[in-house]
Amino acid sequence: MLGRPIKPEAEAGPPERSGLSRRAVLLAGAAAGGGLLLSFSMPSLFTPRSAAATISFEPDAFIRIGQDGSVTLIIPQVEMGQGTFTSCPMLLAEELEVDLSQVQVAQAPPSDKLYGNSLVGFQVTGGSTSIRAFYQPLREAGATARTLLIAAAAATWGVDASTCRAEKGEVIHTPTGRTLSYGALADKAATVPPPSNVALKDPKDFTLIGTSAKRLDTPDKVNGDTVYGIDVKIPGMKIGTVAACPVFGGKVKSVDDSKALAVNGVGQVLKIDNAVCVVADNMGAAKKGLEALNIAWDEGPNAKLTTADIVAEMAKVSETEGVIARNDGDVVGALAGASAKLDAIYELPFLAHTTMEPPNCTVHVRPDGCDIWVGIQVMSRAQAVAAQITGLPPEKVTVHNHMLGGGFGRRLEVDFIAQAVAFAKQVDGPLKIVWTREEDVQHDMYRPYFYDRLAAGLDASGAPIAWSHRICGSSIIARWAPPAFKDGYDFDTVDGAVELPYSLPNVRVEYVRNEPKGIPTAFWRSVGPSHNIFVVESFIDELAAAAKKDPVEFRRALLDKSPRAKAVLDLAAEKAGWGEPLPQGAGRGVSVQTVFGTYMAQVAEVEVAKDGVVNVKRITCAVDCGIAINPDTIEAQVESAIIYGLTAALHGEITLKDGRVEQSNFDTYPALRINEIPAIDVHTLKNFEAPGGMGEPGTSAIAPAVTNAIFAATGVRLRKLPVDTSKLKS
Amino acid sequence: MPFEIKINGTDHAVDVDGDIPLLWVLRDVLGMTGTKFGCGKALCGACTVHLNGNAVRSCVFPVGSIGESEITTIEAIGETPAGQKIQKAWLDLEVIQCGYCQPGQIMSASALIATNPNPTDADIDAAMAGNICRCGTYVRIRKAIKQAAKDSHAPSQGG
Repeated sequence: MLGRPIKPEAEAGPPERSGLSRRAVLLAGAAAGGGLLLSFSMPSLFTPRSAAATISFEPDAFIRIGQDGSVTLIIPQVEMGQGTFTSCPMLLAEELEVDLSQVQVAQAPPSDKLYGNSLVGFQVTGGSTSIRAFYQPLREAGATARTLLIAAAAATWGVDASTCRAEKGEVIHTPTGRTLSYGALADKAATVPPPSNVALKDPKDFTLIGTSAKRLDTPDKVNGDTVYGIDVKIPGMKIGTVAACPVFGGKVKSVDDSKALAVNGVGQVLKIDNAVCVVADNMGAAKKGLEALNIAWDEGPNAKLTTADIVAEMAKVSETEGVIARNDGDVVGALAGASAKLDAIYELPFLAHTTMEPPNCTVHVRPDGCDIWVGIQVMSRAQAVAAQITGLPPEKVTVHNHMLGGGFGRRLEVDFIAQAVAFAKQVDGPLKIVWTREEDVQHDMYRPYFYDRLAAGLDASGAPIAWSHRICGSSIIARWAPPAFKDGYDFDTVDGAVELPYSLPNVRVEYVRNEPKGIPTAFWRSVGPSHNIFVVESFIDELAAAAKKDPVEFRRALLDKSPRAKAVLDLAAEKAGWGEPLPQGAGRGVSVQTVFGTYMAQVAEVEVAKDGVVNVKRITCAVDCGIAINPDTIEAQVESAIIYGLTAALHGEITLKDGRVEQSNFDTYPALRINEIPAIDVHTLKNFEAPGGMGEPGTSAIAPAVTNAIFAATGVRLRKLPVDTSKLKS
Repeated sequence: MPFEIKINGTDHAVDVDGDIPLLWVLRDVLGMTGTKFGCGKALCGACTVHLNGNAVRSCVFPVGSIGESEITTIEAIGETPAGQKIQKAWLDLEVIQCGYCQPGQIMSASALIATNPNPTDADIDAAMAGNICRCGTYVRIRKAIKQAAKDSHAPSQGG
């Protein structure tokens, strides 16, 4: 799915391949304290174009140019490590003709109306959408401001604007060399009517976009100065830690808190329907208090639930026909006439996110308002849930967003904010709630389990003539964005399985929704493709093996209509030394994908020991994400996404027994460490195509590259994640 | 129970039970939030501080066991030659993403190069394997430690 707005294809209307065709509505005016203010508003999926055009000028959005020449970008997107606090300012600075160092970033407040992400429809940082959604509007805003400033200078000098140019925060009258700074021009520029259309730079003329500009957020991150949500200090604040019912859907029956209250530093023990909170002077005392609690739980209907129960149910319902996501040609007929027919079942586990910063939220509820200090990917949802729980109107809820110590989809959910507000309502003064790591692992909202059935046929020459893929699993969209879930179709859950890079003649893709009972599900880095790319790229590899063809050559032959996918495949194969001999027990595997608007191929090189232990030695990744905003950040995101995905492929598995998550901390839900990671080579193709997303593609591509390499090394096809080394003993 | 502890060269009086981990004394009692909570069980290294120059996990280190030892935290590591070089290399090589684990990474790396001017890959593995980074910045951490170590070899010191 290449930059498609979050909406099913069938309802998409006229083709809008990305947010780029949507022009922002720009408004300009005077800033309250003097200077120029630019406001823009993006028409979104759920807002008709005409309605967007009527949005009035709002004083806080988006770009302020002060009388001192300072440029402030009020940024709707949040920083969770992906570099958006640098790449978004780069887009603005490029067109505005200022140094990146002149741009300051301020976090926007919650507002879907002002700060909606055009690819999603409301204020959200996720789905690798930030650059795709804001590439055009931020450049337009910068160009508009530049045009106004030049017009103001031209009027001041009584010259034609065409004889002036902008450079490094100044307007220059080219014939005379006279200059005026942006600061000196800001007030006057605010009185110039904004142009209806501004000329954007030709990308070939970019001087900042495309450079590896230094990140703006990192200097404060080397000395402990950066304030994450967990670090906020509010006068009078108490610290709480919680235990929710270990069985999802269970409730608190009774609590004996006598021993907890005897712990030095513990002040209160609070209850809500399904959880208990110990409030103390410090987290150490709160944790001691929590351990001293004697809680009786009413475990409810899921008390005996196991993962096997959930999988058995999925195995059954996946036999029924699903909602059609794609149906080209005649799959049944083609399968019947195939020379060779393959069938397979693929399974992927529940996964936790384990952001390094555990879930936390500080709340101060008062009769007339509520303040929330947190790091969240969905600020407007944080505000809405707090309003709902306190009964206050949303405008009385102030959300102070902070740097996020990792997101990965965990902070697209506001469950922990809702819980914190429910507890904070019961105390006087601000309450900071911090989850223990155990609470995080056992009360996450998990990447769903998937149980997919596949079938394919080859003709006598070994060419694929039929492809059938039935996806079975939870629909996160149905809960998270109900308007986008229509007639059983979930565009995210099938993403990566429908729009294949390969030209295949008869293709059928179905989706069977199955909501597992007793375990909540949510987005996880690389969302739909996190499961579909593993399944598709593994099964394509099975077809190549059945056709007795080289996995790269087999794929290549199917990529004539996708030259960009073919180019990344060729580049990854070349750089990885595909085809060069490897020792016994070693193998290479490949994956290709076109998701998040980005083309990517990865080659993994692995060694499998006699005891089955897998050593992933090297990953070679080729990427074409269109125009590269910050090449070093792109490389960093690929490294990051590969390690995140590799951790899951090798170790990631959340299981249930007696209704409880069996894993609890980094000992039982491990993360790859520095001594376990492969060498990673990233090769980026350079072009001026529309930018693709880069936060996630590396994650979805890695698992099949590794399991395909394991197949090459051992002949064992792994159709289930994580990698089961007991199957690989030789 | 009152304790006197020396942190970053300054004495602090704190009144908590002796079994409270140092991490919470730093963060919640003294308001020094640069040191991070990640796991509470010495599994992830986010809480790493120096105790007399050695890297220790403050989430399992009882405040009552500190005694006369000197604690150094991320807030002051830039005042040590090793810490300064590590911080510089971290920025030069753009190691950091979300940054939450990085105070712990920087404390572990500083302790390493302060005592080992030529860390091998195996030395780096041994010193850093206790520090988890979910952003996966390990490739750059390794490079940055090597660069910082190289910076420590001023020509006058024989390279």
